[in-house]
Amino acid sequence: MTTWQPLLLTFELAGVTTALLLLIAIPLASWLSSTRSRAKPVIEALVGMPLVLPPTVLGFYFLLAFSPGNAFGSWLNEWLGIKLVFSFGGLVVASVIYSLPFMVHPIQAGLAALPHSLKEASYLMGKSRFTTLLKVLLPNIRTSLLTGIVLAFAHTVGEFGVVLMIGGSIPGKTRVASIAIYDEVEALNYGNANFYSLILFLITFGILLLVYLTNGGYLKKFWK
Amino acid sequence: MIELDVQKTLHSANGSMQLHVRFTLGRGQFGTLYGPSGAGKTSTLKILAGLMRPESGHITVNGSPWFDAKKGLQLPPQERSIGFVFQDYALFPHMTVLKNLMFALPKKADPAMVRRLVEIMGLEGLQTRKPAELSGGQQQRVAVARALVQRPEILLLDEPLAALDLETRLQLQDDLAKLHAEFGFTTLLISHDIGEIMKLSDRVFEIRDGNILREGSPQEIFLSKKMSGKFQFTGEVLGIERQEVVYIVTIRVQMQVVQVIAGESDIRALKVGDRVLVASKAFNPILYKI
Repeated sequence: MTTWQPLLLTFELAGVTTALLLLIAIPLASWLSSTRSRAKPVIEALVGMPLVLPPTVLGFYFLLAFSPGNAFGSWLNEWLGIKLVFSFGGLVVASVIYSLPFMVHPIQAGLAALPHSLKEASYLMGKSRFTTLLKVLLPNIRTSLLTGIVLAFAHTVGEFGVVLMIGGSIPGKTRVASIAIYDEVEALNYGNANFYSLILFLITFGILLLVYLTNGGYLKKFWK
Repeated sequence: MIELDVQKTLHSANGSMQLHVRFTLGRGQFGTLYGPSGAGKTSTLKILAGLMRPESGHITVNGSPWFDAKKGLQLPPQERSIGFVFQDYALFPHMTVLKNLMFALPKKADPAMVRRLVEIMGLEGLQTRKPAELSGGQQQRVAVARALVQRPEILLLDEPLAALDLETRLQLQDDLAKLHAEFGFTTLLISHDIGEIMKLSDRVFEIRDGNILREGSPQEIFLSKKMSGKFQFTGEVLGIERQEVVYIVTIRVQMQVVQVIAGESDIRALKVGDRVLVASKAFNPILYKI
């Protein structure tokens, strides 16, 4: 039996993750693009880790860290009442870390490519770092922001290993589309698997197409 | 009044260099930093603006300390009263000309200043355009106007006229002189163009390998060696007229208009609007008792 639930859950997860990532990645990328700190390479390496590490490794360590049998997990559970293993909250935390480089890298590259003088001119007009970032820098890296948002969103939609490790496959809570497809194939329900797959395929294609049309300026030409 | 005495080690592609700059520029004066590229001119402006931190020394502007290494004082750029015209103009690409100017206006300040600058710099027709739609000269005018919106005590110009054609440059030089006279800020300009320096500056600091080599009036810096012991005035060519075999050049020297005879070879390099030096040897002038 197919339901829309895994698909909705997938997009909910991707949406929440992308929103949180924007909040985290903008300050982080802004710091990375301008700092001369010795800690920079270490932080950069950590941010980039999810690119090369098998998702199962991340998932495995999340599982250990968040498990209520563990010091950190039990602290979260007792003091904050948060249970991150096999829950939607846990999926969000894991996805945020897993998709971090996809959001940070484009924004960092965009900021680094802007001339220093823009920032300096704004400071000399008495504007704070925050105002400068918000009103001067970010509006000039719109394409980088869009790329970051879309890549992080798409990457979260496509994630499998981390979700499986930390979320399991609880319908309505952690059973996202990619897991549902796997389960259906295992149960030899190819029709159901195809339903989820085709929809994911079409939606992600649509999103990416929109991005390339926007970045290529095709839409503007069309409107004019 | 700017009193600056700073040291900093600069690192560039050609190795490191010790910057040690020390100068004083009176309030309302127009100073120029002159010297080869890589001598530390831009770094000096950035240190004065607070965009770069020197290792030692102090900066005092109109009596208030902006930087003091001994006390660990470094006023952030936001709190320094400085208008900066960058070499690349640094106009915000996503804002229109008017928004660029309004962004520079401090909160609660009177927008009349923006209107006045739009008028002086002749930007009325360009207000709704974005920087990318402007020519180099127009961008330059916007950058100068924007730097003055906050009524800064000091205007810093990092070689802003270098990329422009001669005519645009002359026009902007006139505008700069006009603005300087109207608003009375202290100006520090980076320039390679001796004509421009002669036209605009009160004081020149020749900087080389991170040190100020010489300082003085433009005449002292650029003309003293060649012309010592002679009368000399700088003037502007108003007209060139042919009379039989010679040419009569009409020149404005300060408030006087004089005529000087010149030969054909002298004329070749001259045209109306040029800055020239009118010099005379000591036995030529006639003295009248008044």
